Amino acid sequence: MQKYWHDYFVRNGKALGIGLLIAVLFWVVVLVIMPQVFMVDFSLRANVPPPEWGTDSHFYTMEHYQYMLYGSANASGTYNVVDLSVFGRTILAAIFVTLIDLALCYPVAYYLAHVAKGGWARLMVLSLIIPFWVNELLRAFSFKIMFGSSGVINNFLVWIGILDQPYDFIHEGVALYAGLSYAYILLMIFPIYNAIESLDKNQIEAAKDMGAGTIKTHLRVVIPHAKPGISSGATMVFMLSLGALAAPQILGGPSSLWFTQIIYQAFNNAGNWARGSAYAIVLLITSIIFVLLVMKFFKVKFGDIAK
Amino acid sequence: MSADVQLDDVWIRFGNYVAAKEANIHINEGEFFSFLGPSGCGKTTLLRAVSGFLEPSEGRVLIGGKDMKGIGPNKRPTALIFQNLALFPLMTVWENIAFSLEVQGVDKATRRKKADELLNMVALGDQGDKMPDELSGGQKQRVAIARALAAEPDVLLLDEPLSALDLKLRQHMRTELRQIQQRVGITFIYITHDQGEALTMSDNVAVMSQAVIEQIGDGDAVYNHPETAFVASFVGENNLFAGTVTKVEGDYAYVDTPVGVLKAVNGKRNGKAQLSGGDESYLFVRPESLVIANGESYDNSVKANIQNQEFEGNFWQVFCEVKGSKKLIKMSLINSGGGLNQATGDDVLLGFNADSGIALPKGKLAAE
Repeated sequence: MQKYWHDYFVRNGKALGIGLLIAVLFWVVVLVIMPQVFMVDFSLRANVPPPEWGTDSHFYTMEHYQYMLYGSANASGTYNVVDLSVFGRTILAAIFVTLIDLALCYPVAYYLAHVAKGGWARLMVLSLIIPFWVNELLRAFSFKIMFGSSGVINNFLVWIGILDQPYDFIHEGVALYAGLSYAYILLMIFPIYNAIESLDKNQIEAAKDMGAGTIKTHLRVVIPHAKPGISSGATMVFMLSLGALAAPQILGGPSSLWFTQIIYQAFNNAGNWARGSAYAIVLLITSIIFVLLVMKFFKVKFGDIAK
Repeated sequence: MSADVQLDDVWIRFGNYVAAKEANIHINEGEFFSFLGPSGCGKTTLLRAVSGFLEPSEGRVLIGGKDMKGIGPNKRPTALIFQNLALFPLMTVWENIAFSLEVQGVDKATRRKKADELLNMVALGDQGDKMPDELSGGQKQRVAIARALAAEPDVLLLDEPLSALDLKLRQHMRTELRQIQQRVGITFIYITHDQGEALTMSDNVAVMSQAVIEQIGDGDAVYNHPETAFVASFVGENNLFAGTVTKVEGDYAYVDTPVGVLKAVNGKRNGKAQLSGGDESYLFVRPESLVIANGESYDNSVKANIQNQEFEGNFWQVFCEVKGSKKLIKMSLINSGGGLNQATGDDVLLGFNADSGIALPKGKLAAE
């Protein structure tokens, strides 16, 4: 260990060595660990206004976690059905968004990596990236306009006669799923594209040569090779849609609440930072556990998703 | 089962670029056939047309007498061994070998049994559960062969599979490939730019240059009786003397070259002598056909001066400069243990008989 530090300073010099060390420590401690520690701490204390922080009335308690499970003590019913069902629905919806993105991105990534040639492939990648220069909120609003009852999509569907009257895409959640899928589609495409691109074309030809059809070739050769990319993309899309706020706020129908919106309300409307923290911690831990379980199931190594 | 392969006036074009021109080849069933040529000559393109990854622009590919038009690589009775082998790195060795059976829906126990049989055949009996990356280069080679044979193809196609191996292993694998071919008895079509591989393994060789098939024949034919200047310069080493034919006499041609008039066999193509008086000609003599004429008389003799000698163990390579010109001649003398009697700087008389030389029409040569 001593030798390691010695070598480190010999290699980088004192000034740069200390500078790098401070930068990394600042990043890890101040920007990553401390906010989480504060969140955990907040979530475990009574909800009191800031002047009373640190006083006796700011005692440790599990009440916010209990609240999420059972609701307020004097409410009827055993469980906090409202929050829990929103929580469950949000997870299911995030899974759904992830699956939509996977279904869309795998073929596109494969096409980009192995079928499209030179300039055409670059043009396609560029046309995927350019929309992301537009602000996320603007994109959400444009989806709201597109999917609105007098929006382009409804007008078109009515005009060609598929629909008799405009369909309420927003109320039915279609706009939200579309918006979220679109918001994170690049995070799915690029890891898969990178993974598939590194696949030797001869592998695909070898499979074909040995009699494998398209589906078999993908199942046995392309997908196993792309698995790290798929899991990396799926993890990012799942985590980010679970934590999305803008898209659900703008595109979600009046009846569909995203769990992040409940957290947002706790912080900003109800002034209950403690409950908001507790909910956020539950969301974070659940999503991590969920991702780890899925990785275990598909035999993905942790190092793979960092590729 | 084995099948014959026929290329019937096959042309392959990519846009304006012609990758294969008017290829007419018949490969007998059970034959070890090689395409030999420098890289970029179109040999891999022809192989891809046989395997089905490419449709000829014109002409037909027939396997076992059946026209392969519109039949994809997964439906053809061929198996291809890729230059980089293309083993599946995420499958074990035995799964790799049994992949074609898996595709056919064969059950796992049978697959494993078949894979083990094939592993035994290539002397890798106990390596089935390893991953391909745990094997050495030569072992991977054998796995690739076993995997290709598992599909029980009628024709095995090999795209320079030995090029990644080191020299010793490559020579060993040549023998092994030949033995495997004789054991399984199916047609092998082998692509190589290495004439040693082509000559040692093949029943017949097609020498190609720039999309054109220059000559088809067995090793003796392409080495001793080249039909074009390209074949003479590409297969083996040759000394070249350019000149004009002064006269043709019987089977021989006299060529007026800068080192004097030389007499050599009038090279044939399709059984017909190609040269007549006044033609531009390239005359070729192999380094091993030249001798130092110690008073004996030869049909041709050239005065030269020894510039340099290289000792290669079994041979001395002697480089001589012809008197009065800058022409350098290479001569290979067998090392019989007695030592070389000439020293660098000596004047010698080089001799060769007309039957050892061949005169061919002037044409394109293999790049040095």
